[in-house]
Amino acid sequence: MATTKILIAGFGGQGILFAGKALAYSGLKIGKEVAWLPSYGPEMRGGTANCSVTFSDEEIGSPIVDTPDVLIAMNLPSLEKYYDFTEKNGFVIFDSSLITKQDTRDDVTTVGIPATKMASDNSLNGLANMIILGKTLKITGILTLEQIKSSLSQMIPAKKAELLEKNIKAIELGYNY
Amino acid sequence: MSEKVLMKGNEALAEAAIMAGCRHYFGYPITPQTEVAAYMAKKMPKIGGTFLQAESEVAAINMVIGAASSGVRAMTSSSSPGISLKSEGISYLAGCELPALIVNVQRGGPGLGGIQPSQSDYFQATKGGGHGDYHLIVLAPASVQEMFDMAFKGFNLADKYRVPAMILADGTMGQMMEPVSLDANAVETYDKSWATVGTGKHEGRNIINSLSLSPKQLEDWNIDRYARYKIIEENEVMYEEYMTEDAEIVIVAFGIAARVSKNAIKEARRRGIKVGMLRPITLWPFPKKALNGLADKAKAFLSVELNMGQMADDVKLATNCKKPVYFYGRTGGVIMTPEEILGEIEKIEKGEAEQW
Repeated sequence: MATTKILIAGFGGQGILFAGKALAYSGLKIGKEVAWLPSYGPEMRGGTANCSVTFSDEEIGSPIVDTPDVLIAMNLPSLEKYYDFTEKNGFVIFDSSLITKQDTRDDVTTVGIPATKMASDNSLNGLANMIILGKTLKITGILTLEQIKSSLSQMIPAKKAELLEKNIKAIELGYNY
Repeated sequence: MSEKVLMKGNEALAEAAIMAGCRHYFGYPITPQTEVAAYMAKKMPKIGGTFLQAESEVAAINMVIGAASSGVRAMTSSSSPGISLKSEGISYLAGCELPALIVNVQRGGPGLGGIQPSQSDYFQATKGGGHGDYHLIVLAPASVQEMFDMAFKGFNLADKYRVPAMILADGTMGQMMEPVSLDANAVETYDKSWATVGTGKHEGRNIINSLSLSPKQLEDWNIDRYARYKIIEENEVMYEEYMTEDAEIVIVAFGIAARVSKNAIKEARRRGIKVGMLRPITLWPFPKKALNGLADKAKAFLSVELNMGQMADDVKLATNCKKPVYFYGRTGGVIMTPEEILGEIEKIEKGEAEQW
């Protein structure tokens, strides 16, 4: 696929923007054209937050993702809002500890992962974003585990080594789920 | 070229301004440009520069006038309502013949409006905004890389012609991150013997002033400045042409609207409609000649803007009404989708669109 449009959406505070940054940074490192566009403003204080990430082999036109190839939904309003707009043959990954999804489309791969529950069970509170990102990489193949680990180690400063370790643990948990 | 880094447009612009020699930033926070001020607040004290959060936008622009009078590279940034407050000072900058950089990361208006991206300050930026006979050089970046490059360009052009320059961005340009190469562009230096830095170097006094009670003198000043504007119009026009060689419909769009339009153009071409785009990079001076030239080949023009139709007037003037001009826009912070632009293109093709 020449261009991959990714939309990550959920509540403010779930680490939506950071998950997007990790993706965008990895895209840059593997030589893709990338664009990262956050929602900004009052909706980030407890309301919905989302972030568009585009990977491409060519110059990126619009950085705005309205019809994602990959949708990561971390709350119900986000899933309801974007599910129907997901491109045919696309992927939808949602947090099944927060969302129950019964009627699914035949033309998209819809996968639930109890990311929030897994985070609290593994003392990784606040890292459901990385768990769901790990699962996303596994089923979409947009990045390898090694690529995202390498980006995280460059994004997270050495003095916060503990944080890096937790992020990587979360990614692996999701990847291997 | 150095390795690219991922940066927000607002931050890339602020870094470039510092690299271009700006050590005096005066501002006041407002979404969606606040990262410019935040970046300056963090960096300026470390490099011996001045970051000053003024008590208001009016104060900030007057501090820019003061700093620019002494010949240093000074700047301010804001978003739409804040720029309205600064307009009086911008007119004074123009009247005093002072170079300075003003950044407008636009949001929806009028009034306090909203905080989402907009291009509805086109008239304000290109036709004046403040009172009196003047122009700003107006640069319209369409990527984070251009946010970076335009800061150099803005300062260079301002110094070269002794006119204020404005970077007219919008919320998406400020907020989005893209890979950007932080290689310094050329930093041009021009004579600033007019600066008010004491009389040590010459006889007499330098006076920075926009007041003249003699109509003839004021007229002379304006005529002199307009002679410079003419040179700017001849030499400093910048634009990008995209698939215009065989285009029957030429989209004219800048900033984020141009980015969305590129998607629409690709899809239109897949459907066999020959669409191209002229993207003005300088909104003033406006690429009149290039558009006029295209009007001899193309069948129609479509101005795509995040407003109710502002640049469309200039497209019509530039093309001298040789070919029909159409307009498509969304406003208030809503960004059009490529599909919506495509819909308009198809309406033009079928002769169902209404001319501007």
